Amino acid sequence: MAIQKLFIANRGEIAVRIIRAAQSLGIRTVQAHSEADADMLAVRLADEAICVGPAQAAKSYLNIEAVVAAAKASGADAVHPGYGFLAENAGFARAVEEAGLIFVGPTPETIERMGDKVAAKVAAKAAGVPTVPGSDGRIVAAEAVAIAEAIGYPVMIKAAAGGGGRGIRIAETPEDLARLAPQARAEAEAAFGDGGLYLERVIRNPRHIEVQILGDGTGAAVHCFERECSLQRRRQKVWEEAPAFGLPEATRKALCDSAVALAKAVNYRGAGTIEYLYDAAADDFFFIEMNTRIQVEHPVTEMITGLDLVALMLRIAGGEPLPVTQDRITCTGHAIEVRLNAEDPFMQFLPFPGKVAGLKIPEGVRFDHFLYEGYQIPPFYDSLLGKLIVHAPTRAGAIALMAETLKGIEIAGLKTTIPLHLALAADPGVAAGDFHTQWLEPWLAAGNLKPRAA
Amino acid sequence: MTDILSPLPGTFYHKPSPDAAPFRAAGDAVAVGDTIGLIEVMKTFIEVQAEEAGTFAAYAAEDAGPVMAGETLATLA
Repeated sequence: MAIQKLFIANRGEIAVRIIRAAQSLGIRTVQAHSEADADMLAVRLADEAICVGPAQAAKSYLNIEAVVAAAKASGADAVHPGYGFLAENAGFARAVEEAGLIFVGPTPETIERMGDKVAAKVAAKAAGVPTVPGSDGRIVAAEAVAIAEAIGYPVMIKAAAGGGGRGIRIAETPEDLARLAPQARAEAEAAFGDGGLYLERVIRNPRHIEVQILGDGTGAAVHCFERECSLQRRRQKVWEEAPAFGLPEATRKALCDSAVALAKAVNYRGAGTIEYLYDAAADDFFFIEMNTRIQVEHPVTEMITGLDLVALMLRIAGGEPLPVTQDRITCTGHAIEVRLNAEDPFMQFLPFPGKVAGLKIPEGVRFDHFLYEGYQIPPFYDSLLGKLIVHAPTRAGAIALMAETLKGIEIAGLKTTIPLHLALAADPGVAAGDFHTQWLEPWLAAGNLKPRAA
Repeated sequence: MTDILSPLPGTFYHKPSPDAAPFRAAGDAVAVGDTIGLIEVMKTFIEVQAEEAGTFAAYAAEDAGPVMAGETLATLA
């Protein structure tokens, strides 16, 4: 029962990416859009388009009832959620299935289980994946100080139901913790309707390394090697690489094998990512969370493996057994992706929605985006315009190619983060791979990003 | 009458948070630099500040509704 007609419950560049993958498999496409997105590229590329509500995401892309009703009315037999919006909402996955459609992703139960930090950590531990020392379950604010004694400071306080860096606080001392825990509880309650907290030791200056996995829901799973995503600003990734550089081969194997063990243990279906903190000095890695969706940075994995991850998701969702075996997945060369956002890097990254006055993309470059000349970027959604991806035999070659490509690309009429990426590509610290998740913000604060003389 | 215009396209909010009171009500004094609303643009919140002093008359744009750059958000008497 391969998918015949796919409903895309997302927008922007990932909607375009999903349509292209569907087209490569001969699947017809229906694109969801808000009133503000009627002219977006994905609407133009899809076979059909349906409006799911007003501009505000809460009333359109996040409106489960409206999205499911539109999917059903369109005659689609499957729904791809993309990333963000409803992609990791178990209620949405369940509503899609109850409407008789295929959800392109894991089961609602898996989304629920892996989306809860505590339950996910329990599953990881059970599968033999190393985890950061922390509270063994969800705790209430009043227990925090006693539990932190056993874990060791500094500790991180998170909302048990949280995600995307929200509600995270760091306490250096018991006094800090006594002050911050009630705040974290109040914020968690306000944001998620669940004041449960979770404590974890802070790993100083870790690298963020994640493993791409694929499973077919029967217990078969493979990894597609790892990605390095340590360059982050406000906990948002800005520059991603594959594979991770300087990783001892035994560590890479242990890391990737642990991801496969977890994917198998939860009978994972579809594409998923297991995120780790890597302490380079100690050569230790720790599970942090699993993302049960396709990720923004999936293209770097596609470049080194030659796989089309989105097409594989669609084939698995259509009922095929795992279409690739581990021995056929190889890692060739080095890939880098940078996120081009509609933001002014010289004005504290202030969003800059505008009209695309001109667009020039160098030949032969992979640029996953949703722009066209004359397109007015709507202000209602996130600022990601597209992702520039390069692949070269070596990491140094990939950085050089990225710099050259960034100089060749032109997006007129908008402010973009291209100057940030040019500066990173020229930075000796980046070239040496001498960075971690706490590196970029101090680098920016120190004035390393300077406006270029005209 | 003075209009306060939106500096950016986005979603306009009368209140600092959903449960709070609006920044200004009819008859309130407004000084230069006072925040009269928020614009959410690409998931970032930016304060809309009065560039002239006056007495607050009314919001012209609805709460939590989309606005264009240059659109009138509120009027001062």
